[in-house]
Amino acid sequence: MAWTWFHRLGSPPYVYALCARLTPWLAWPAALLIAGGLYAGLVLAPPDYQQGEGFRIIYVHAPSAWMSLMVYTVMALAAATGLVWRIKVAHAVAAACAPIGASFTFAALVTGSLWGAPMWGTFWEWDPRLTSELVLLLLYLGYLGLRSAIDDPQRADRASAVLAVVGVVNVPIIHYSVVWWNSLHQAASVMRIGKPAMPPAMLLPLLAVLAGFTLLFAALLLVRVRGEILERERGARWVAQELAQS
Amino acid sequence: MTDPALEVHDLHLWRGEHHLLRGIGFSLASGQFLRLSGANGAGKTSLLRTLCGLIWPEQGTVRWRGADVHSDLRAFHAEMVYLGHEPPLKADLTARENLRYWVGLRRAVTCAELDRALTHMGVMECGDRPVRQLSAGQRRRIALAGLSLLPVALWLLDEPTTNLDAQGEELVAQLIAGQLARGAVVVAALHRDLPQTPMQAVRLELAA
Amino acid sequence: MSPAALTAIRLILQRDLRVAFRRPGQLLQPLVFFIMVTLLFPLGVSPELSRLREIAAGVLWAAALLASLLALEFLFREDAHDGTLEQQVLSGQSLTAAIFAKTLAHWLLTGLPLALVTPLAAASLGAPSASWAGIVVAVLLGTAALSLIGSIGAALTLGVRRGSLLLPLLVLPLSLPVLIFGARATQLAIAGAPYLAPLQLLAALAVLGVTLAPLAAAAAVRVSLE
Repeated sequence: MAWTWFHRLGSPPYVYALCARLTPWLAWPAALLIAGGLYAGLVLAPPDYQQGEGFRIIYVHAPSAWMSLMVYTVMALAAATGLVWRIKVAHAVAAACAPIGASFTFAALVTGSLWGAPMWGTFWEWDPRLTSELVLLLLYLGYLGLRSAIDDPQRADRASAVLAVVGVVNVPIIHYSVVWWNSLHQAASVMRIGKPAMPPAMLLPLLAVLAGFTLLFAALLLVRVRGEILERERGARWVAQELAQS
Repeated sequence: MTDPALEVHDLHLWRGEHHLLRGIGFSLASGQFLRLSGANGAGKTSLLRTLCGLIWPEQGTVRWRGADVHSDLRAFHAEMVYLGHEPPLKADLTARENLRYWVGLRRAVTCAELDRALTHMGVMECGDRPVRQLSAGQRRRIALAGLSLLPVALWLLDEPTTNLDAQGEELVAQLIAGQLARGAVVVAALHRDLPQTPMQAVRLELAA
Repeated sequence: MSPAALTAIRLILQRDLRVAFRRPGQLLQPLVFFIMVTLLFPLGVSPELSRLREIAAGVLWAAALLASLLALEFLFREDAHDGTLEQQVLSGQSLTAAIFAKTLAHWLLTGLPLALVTPLAAASLGAPSASWAGIVVAVLLGTAALSLIGSIGAALTLGVRRGSLLLPLLVLPLSLPVLIFGARATQLAIAGAPYLAPLQLLAALAVLGVTLAPLAAAAAVRVSLE
C-alpha cells in the first residue's frame, strides 16, 4: 500500500484540504526567517569593503534569482508528472508555479538593475546573470501566454506541460551559452556574491532569507494550488459543499 | 456468440464546462455495425475521436480485443482506420498521389490496385487532377477509394456519405457490407439510414 | 529504425517536397524576407563596408532567425487543417519519425536555400569571400537547429488563437544559443580567425535537437489534436 499516498495526492478534495492545513506551517516560519534575515542583512551586517552599503541589495536579489530557477524546476517536474501520469492536481501545481516564478524572476531583474546603477553607472548591463534572468522571464511569459491562449483547460495543461519540460532542458544550455558569449565580450564586471570569502555575519542573513523565500514560495504555491483546484473543479459537488461551509 | 472486439465502458467526456458524453457503453463483436446518430453537437465526432484514442476520456475505457487502447496506441492504430468529416487529402496533390501516400503509410500499394479502387468509386477519370480542382463529392469518393484499400479490422467513419449522391450512398453501403462480411467492426456516425441497412446493425442515439 | 518507419519517412519527404514545389511562391517568401532584412541595415546604418562588417554577423543571424520563424508557419498548419496530420497520428507508425521527416523536409525547403543565399547577403555586408564557406556551414547547422526547436513551438501553437503571434514568444528564447554560437562563428570567419569551436557547439545543438525535438514535437502534436 505504499502507493496510496501517491493516489491520494491525485484526489482534488484531499489536496485542497491538505493545502489549507499546511499553509500556516509554512507561512509563519517564512515570515520570521525573511524578517530576521532582512534585519540582520540590511542593518546588522557590516558594509562591504568594496561595494559599501550598495551590496545589501543582494539580500533580496540573490534569493529571488535562486527562487526563479527553483520554481521553474518545480513547475517542470509537476508538469512532467501531470503529463506522464495524467494527474490533474500536478497540472494545477504547475499552473500555480508560473506566476510566482515570473514574479521572483522580475524581482531578481529589478534588484539586479538597481544594484547595477551605482556599480556600473547604468541600469542595464549585459551581465550573464541578468541576461539569463531576462531569458528566464521570457520563458515564463511564453508559458503563461500559451496557457492563456488555449481555451480547453486540459489541452492548456498538457500543451504548457510540454513547453515547461522543453524549457527546463534548455535552461542550462541557454545559461551556459550566455556565460560563454559574455566571457568573449567583456572583462569581469560580474556580480560576485556568495563566494567563500563572505564572512558569516554577511552570509548567515543571506541563507536565512533564502530559506525564508523557499518557504514563502511553498506557502504561496499552496494558496494558489487551492485556487486552481477550485477553478478546475467548480462543477463538482464537493466544491459547492466546501464553499457553503466557509 | 463471439468475444466482443470493441468494448466501451462508462465513457464520460467533458469539453470545457460541457459534460458531453455521459456514461456511454456498448460492445461490438466482429462483423457488427454500429450506427451513431444524434443531433449536431450531441458528441458523435467526439465519441469517434475518443474511440480512436485521439481524445482521452475523463472516465471510462475503450478496449480493443480485451486491452485498453491507450496501453498500446500504435498497435491499435495499425488495426483501425478513422475517416473524419473532411477527406484527408492534400489539395495540391493529385488523387493518386494522395492515396499512394495515405495508403502507403500502412501498406505497399500497386498502381493496379489504385486504378481498381478509383474505378470502383467512379473517380478514375479525376485520378491525375489536383484535388483542389475536384468537387466535394469527388473528394469524398477518393477518400472512400482509399478506405477500400485499407481492409483493417475496425473502421470508424464520421458521416461517410456527406456530399454524396444516391449512387455514392449505395457505394458506401456496399463498402461497409463487404467490410462486415470480412468480419470487421464498423462504427459510423450517420444522419440518415444507409440505402440498405447492413446486417447486425446496432443503433446508438446520442442525446444532445 | 524499422523498415516501416523508413518507408514513412520517405513517403513524407516525397509528399512534402512535392507539395512545396507545386507552390514555389511560398518557398520564396522566407528567402525574400531574409534578403530584405539584410538590406535594411546598410540603408539604416551606413553604406561603409568597414562599419557594416562589424555588425554583419549579428544582422545575418537575426535575419536568419526571423526568416526561419516566418517559415515555421508552413510546418504543420496545413496538415492539421486538411486532416492529413491526424491520419499520420493514426497510421500506426512512429509519430516521432514522421515529425522528424517533416522537419527535415522543412529544413531542405527553407534552411538549405537560406544557407545558399547567405553569401549574397554576407557580401552586401562586407564579408570577404574567404569567409563565405564558414558562414554557409554555420547557417546550415544553425537553421537545422532552428527548424528542430521551431517544430516544438509550431506543434504547440496548432489550433491556438493568434498562434502566429505566440510562436515567436515560445521559440525565440529557446533559439538564443543558436544565435550566440552562429553569430560568433560568423564573426570569427569574417575576421579570418579559426571558427571551428563555435561551429562544433552549433553542431552539438543540432544533434541534441535531432534526438530530442521530434519527441517533444510529437507529444505536442498529440496534445494539439486532442
